[in-house]
Amino acid sequence: MSADLTLILPEIVLAAFAILGLLGAVYTGKDALAPALTWATSALFVLVALWVGLAEPETHYGFGGMFIDDSFARFAKVTLLLSAAAVLAMSEGYMSNRGLLRFEYPVLVTLAVVGMMMMVSAGDLMSLYMGLELQSLALYVVASLRRDSIKSTEAGLKYFVLGALSSGLLLYGASLVYGYSGTTLFSGIIQTTVSGDVSIGLLLGLVFLISGLAFKVSAVPFHMWTPDVYEGAPTPITAFFATAPKVAAMALFARLLHDAFGNAVSDWQQVVALISVLSMFLGGIAAIGQNNIKRLMAYSSIAHMGYALMGLAAGTVLGVQAMLVYLAIYVTMNVGTFAFILMMERDGQPVVDVTSLNMYSKREPGKALAMLVLLFSLAGVPPMLGFFGKLYVLRAAYDGGLAWLAIAGVIASVIGAFYYLRIVFYMYFGDENAQGLDGGKSPVLWGFLMASAVVMVLGIVNMFGVEGAAAAAAASLVVN
Amino acid sequence: MDNLLSITTFIPALAALILALFLRGSDAAAQRNAKWVAMFATTATFLVSLFILFEFDASNPGFQFVEQADWLLGLQYKMGVDGISVLFVMLTTFMMPLVIAASWNVTDRVKEYMIAFLLLETLMLGVFMALDLVLFYLFFEAGLIPMFLIIGIWGGANRIYASFKFFLYTFLGSVLMLVAMVAMFSDAGSTDIAVLLNHEFDAGTFSILGIQIVGGMQTLMFLAFFASFAVKMPMWPVHTWLPDAHVQAPTAGSVVLAAILLKMGGYGFLRFSLPMFPVGSEVLAPLVLWMSAIAIVYTSLVALVQQDMKKLIAYSSVAHMGFVTMGIFAANQQGLDGAIFQMISHGFISGALFMCVGVIYDRMHTREIDAYGGLVNRMPAYALVFLFFTMANVGLPGTSGFVGEFLTLMGVFQVNTWVAAVATTGVILSAAYALWLYRRVVLGDLIKESLKSITDMTRREKLIFAPLVAMTLLLGIYPALVLDIIGPSVSALVNNYDTATTAAAAALQVVGN
Repeated sequence: MSADLTLILPEIVLAAFAILGLLGAVYTGKDALAPALTWATSALFVLVALWVGLAEPETHYGFGGMFIDDSFARFAKVTLLLSAAAVLAMSEGYMSNRGLLRFEYPVLVTLAVVGMMMMVSAGDLMSLYMGLELQSLALYVVASLRRDSIKSTEAGLKYFVLGALSSGLLLYGASLVYGYSGTTLFSGIIQTTVSGDVSIGLLLGLVFLISGLAFKVSAVPFHMWTPDVYEGAPTPITAFFATAPKVAAMALFARLLHDAFGNAVSDWQQVVALISVLSMFLGGIAAIGQNNIKRLMAYSSIAHMGYALMGLAAGTVLGVQAMLVYLAIYVTMNVGTFAFILMMERDGQPVVDVTSLNMYSKREPGKALAMLVLLFSLAGVPPMLGFFGKLYVLRAAYDGGLAWLAIAGVIASVIGAFYYLRIVFYMYFGDENAQGLDGGKSPVLWGFLMASAVVMVLGIVNMFGVEGAAAAAAASLVVN
Repeated sequence: MDNLLSITTFIPALAALILALFLRGSDAAAQRNAKWVAMFATTATFLVSLFILFEFDASNPGFQFVEQADWLLGLQYKMGVDGISVLFVMLTTFMMPLVIAASWNVTDRVKEYMIAFLLLETLMLGVFMALDLVLFYLFFEAGLIPMFLIIGIWGGANRIYASFKFFLYTFLGSVLMLVAMVAMFSDAGSTDIAVLLNHEFDAGTFSILGIQIVGGMQTLMFLAFFASFAVKMPMWPVHTWLPDAHVQAPTAGSVVLAAILLKMGGYGFLRFSLPMFPVGSEVLAPLVLWMSAIAIVYTSLVALVQQDMKKLIAYSSVAHMGFVTMGIFAANQQGLDGAIFQMISHGFISGALFMCVGVIYDRMHTREIDAYGGLVNRMPAYALVFLFFTMANVGLPGTSGFVGEFLTLMGVFQVNTWVAAVATTGVILSAAYALWLYRRVVLGDLIKESLKSITDMTRREKLIFAPLVAMTLLLGIYPALVLDIIGPSVSALVNNYDTATTAAAAALQVVGN
């Protein structure tokens, strides 16, 4: 038992921190503590990320197999912890200035992160659901953090109602899987499919599980909530939605499909490939007419999840590795992009209209250049790192026998390139006389934007070792 | 000098970095500094690249100055040149100082302008030196970014449309090539171009959705690469982005586009399509030959009716590139020699022609042919230079334009007489549009009020044209300078191609029996 507890010590520490923070804030000055608490949480995330990341590269099972601590889980945890830390650090200034920084914010984010860490380590349908709900409930609340704004509360409510629906789908699938396999443990479920035959009930359960998870990663056709929630939530929270939860949900997706249904690759491959191709195309086409940069980023993230799913659809070790590399690159790009969006303001008010970026490059050449790098990286144009993410998943898909998916993916990327170019167009070729934006003088945001852009350029030398870590992580997940 | 190629490639990028980090302000002094840094860097690149040319062993058909290091995903950072690529490297380093000199009058965002051109030079050099599939793709695609910005920021009135069309058109062409590259990586287990050149890709016929694909994988991969290179060349009917891009781009952008960027398509055919997919090339060569012949005649006719000088020269470029693709897919020694020669010579000639347009555009700010006439009266030096390059464009013997066209036609004649016959009419048409353009712009009486005070070329402009005139004449009179260098590599390529296609034909015969 104590061994089990040692295994989840990082999660315990974070949960305890959340409760202590809650108590401390309630008994002291409430929101007066919020900025300090936000920074402390961010720092703690980084420390926990180091702790998890530097652990021995071994696989441990806890609680009778319900909790798995392997390289895969650790890779996902480090990615999501670091991205959550970055988002918290970015949001402090923005939210303080607008009176949004309540002490609940860092606490809820911490709880969401604990949920995500449970998700990626889940070895059982029960622990899967537990982690997922802890994460989701915390996120529903932070989405409506701006209580006096109709859009924000609408976003929270929409997210909650649709999230509850998807949870229902997921639970229904879980109950079917349990009914037809007699166990909720992933290691038990996979035993029932060793022969390669999957009973129809199990198959139905699998489809429902995939639907539920597709909602969480906002893959088409379960994406409808994404643009509205991204638009309605305060921008730092949108940044959070676009990064850590996506990593956690994708990792969980891979965990479930490989650990529990690794013998039935051919059964889920077509489903995943289909939602992948639909996401890539919808994400590429729907954003073309979009002027709200937050909604645009929502469609962009839908498309990017499509590419990550392409890696998963390959059903191979390389596929999982490609997916992990893609996600790591994706969150780095998004942190930088949202740092830029947070700096978009006019007379102190946040602006989300891309047309307001007219000739931004004249006023702020440095920031415009960094954003240019990020946009081309998002579009997957070499030599930025985003291209290598695409190259990985293309390679995985082709090797997995999904050449048609690779071709569809690259065509979708050309369509998607258009709307990233549109932002470049406003920043560099726009109308010089139009009203522009303020300078924006946040050194933190500036730092994140620059760091992210520099990573996108220098990362092509050796990816800072992420490639090797992702390979080890994928090998620990996919056994065959 | 183990890293000669990398040094050459990255000098401009380093200069761009220095400009970006250390140059502050946008006053006249800062602008002058930016120009001189760019000039210094491009000249230094040219001087360093001379070492490559002098130490290049022309009798060796293999890759030389090879550098190699491991990279991500099992890829390699591998650079090297052979007889086919070394001259494109030289063309690039030779043209860039002239391009910088030609943009001395730029006043808007000079620092960014120079950075864009310096980065573009690094990327273009990388394309011609890369010996790894993905490294090649990286340089090839990355070149779109600076060019997109050059057209979009410093271009003409309709620059937005042109820049988007340029970017998306070429991007769509290339991504299909990327998928084919991934397929090659899977098939051969390596992205090393030297390994891939010796790898035999499966050419067994199979069918997809009931359609028989003769040449199998090779044909499919050929088509994927073709989608990219044909757009880049550009070949009829996917050439429509080029006139738009040329017309809207600033003079220097047009020069780079015509002189170097277009050559990437031809280089790609020589480096990938022909040697790696010989069977696929053989299957589709008749189609490509006819497309080239149509391109030559059709675009020459289109050029005849243009009102805009740049557009006319752009269409003439498409026609000349038609000779190149024709020569390449004739796949014999004369054809290939001619194609490479034509590309090098077209680099000088078309670059010079766009600069000629630039000279009068700088003075009058219009490219309408009707706005000019009788320039010879006030600009004798200009009239002479323009005449020289018009004649070179037509292919007058004694200029480099003649050698390329003659060799390609000779090569094609052996393979397909009809194509050669059709293409030859293009030579006549090119004389028609080029001379007519010259007559309308330069000859006649100077009657237009606005032209009465036009001045002749400055010393800077004359200095830019001098090396181009020299090279055009030199190669026209003594083509062996080029042919000796490319000869061994080309004959090795032709031999491999013949062996592979003969073997494939024999295999097909066995299946047939």
